[in-house]
Amino acid sequence: MAGVTRSLKVELGGMPLATPVMVAAGCAGTGREWAGLVDVHKVGAIVSRTVTLIARKGTPTPRVSESPSGVVWESGLQNPGIEAFVDEELPRLARPGTPVVVSIGGTTMEEYVRLTSILQGRQGVSAIEIHLSGRDDELGRELLGDRADRAAEITGAVVRMSHVPVFAKLPPVGAGLVEVATAVARAGVTGLTLCASPRALAVDAASLAPDLGSVTGWLSGPAVLPLTLRAVFDVARALPDVPIIAVGGVRDGDDAVQLLLAGAWAVQVGTAALIDPIAPVEVAQGVARYLKNKGLASPNDIRARLRVPAGFDPPEEEARP
Amino acid sequence: MKRVRAEVLSARRLGEYQSLTIVAPEIAERARPGQFVGVRMPDDREFLLRRNFAIHQASRRGGWAGTVEFCFEPHGPGTALLGEVKAHEFLEVIGPLGKGFAYPKKLTNCLLIAEGHGAASIYFLAQELKARGKRVDMIVGASSLPSVFKPIEGKRLSQTITIMTADGSLGDRGSILDALPAMVESTATEVVYAAGPTRSLEKIAAFCRDRRLPAQVAVEERFGCGLGLCFSCVVPVARKDGTGYDNLRACIDGPVFNPARVVWDRWLAEEPQMLPTPPEGLPVVREWPG
Repeated sequence: MAGVTRSLKVELGGMPLATPVMVAAGCAGTGREWAGLVDVHKVGAIVSRTVTLIARKGTPTPRVSESPSGVVWESGLQNPGIEAFVDEELPRLARPGTPVVVSIGGTTMEEYVRLTSILQGRQGVSAIEIHLSGRDDELGRELLGDRADRAAEITGAVVRMSHVPVFAKLPPVGAGLVEVATAVARAGVTGLTLCASPRALAVDAASLAPDLGSVTGWLSGPAVLPLTLRAVFDVARALPDVPIIAVGGVRDGDDAVQLLLAGAWAVQVGTAALIDPIAPVEVAQGVARYLKNKGLASPNDIRARLRVPAGFDPPEEEARP
Repeated sequence: MKRVRAEVLSARRLGEYQSLTIVAPEIAERARPGQFVGVRMPDDREFLLRRNFAIHQASRRGGWAGTVEFCFEPHGPGTALLGEVKAHEFLEVIGPLGKGFAYPKKLTNCLLIAEGHGAASIYFLAQELKARGKRVDMIVGASSLPSVFKPIEGKRLSQTITIMTADGSLGDRGSILDALPAMVESTATEVVYAAGPTRSLEKIAAFCRDRRLPAQVAVEERFGCGLGLCFSCVVPVARKDGTGYDNLRACIDGPVFNPARVVWDRWLAEEPQMLPTPPEGLPVVREWPG
């Protein structure tokens, strides 16, 4: 189709990206490992590994176990702590010029506030992603981000202090997701990252033992793609103006296109980038090929364009007793 | 480190092991003993992660120039698939990865210890040490005859060799550890290199610590990416100043470590310990003397 200027550029609430394909948290290393393998300029953005206030050693090994079309993993957020991160790792990640989204994690409100204050005005931070899959030590709950009020409280505090766009990475909480997403959006986040990995377990039958050193873990990889699609679809219909970054199961351009059709504004590549660091670049090329074949100009032209029958309403969840 | 699409030149069965030789000049040129390659699964619909194998041979000259050989036991769910790969098929390979063995500068008498498939990288090391004028002696161990990796190659590469099998089907009956004290005496060992199962390496490390022998071991830990991205394959290694330990990635900071600095009882605790170790009580170790 002549006359169409095709571009992969997208904008997520004020953050411009060269392509709609980012690298998910914990899959881009520390800024050194990609040397010679990936042209960083062809990646939309890099999400750092999740950083906590104080250094964490992480959980015992093994930390990864293969499952059908997926991996079950838990690393316990091994990281050097925010001070060492901003001194050493952040400048290295940011040097090539690709936007860096810093993922922050904690177990109390105070930790998130202090993390944000350290990142405030810091060079090289293009956005903040809030990791909400940790324990809530203040309220004694197993998961920080699965209830609307608590998730909104924390994201609200980070949003008020941050000078850069803030994305909340929500845990996959099924039917309650739209409620949490709505509350978090009302608290002022720039956008949502959907979803964090679902909770999982791996078992080694031969030794009658769990197959991870931490016992429990999280599921990632192509196995979770349909879960991501549904989460994005549901939230995008409820909140059409809130930028959604889809994460979970993206392996190639076709997967990314599916998520854009379901309502995502951009996607993150995680497990696929561990198997092949060049995957984020290839996913973007796949999206470009799809746009070319359809004669479209921009990823925005397919966003939320899934052809849903008129009058479709998701079935009512069964009333709880 | 290069990512290449490499043609398989030969696929051979060696006892319990499957050996693949691939054409990868960029990898062969840079490879050192102890380093490994990350092989992408040919059909990765179900098995996702790369399989990582120690480099057994990297030929830079002669008729096999530009080739890299690695070996594995094709019994695992994913490695069984790789065991079916035939000559002239293509594999996507990243390498060489990790830090290899360091060669001693002054010391000359090297004792190389290998158990099971650990022999693959140890034979490569023997060749490089001999090329540097070092004396190489070897202990090679396995469960039984078919699991002894290339015994004739081992004999060719070493001044003296002791082969140990658990059932006595080749060499002496017993483990590599049974042969260790006598071998250290008879060869006047100055440096120890080892590769094999972690439990054996732990015992070799304790032996070398007692005798004050400098050593290097290539460890095995379950890898996620093999590229240093995912922090899955960590090994607790004591800091040089004795202030504690760090969880270092075996794929990028290893797989070769100074065993005196590995915090073995933390790494291999019977029950995984979730609590952080206090900084005191860790060994303070002098530098690798080579």
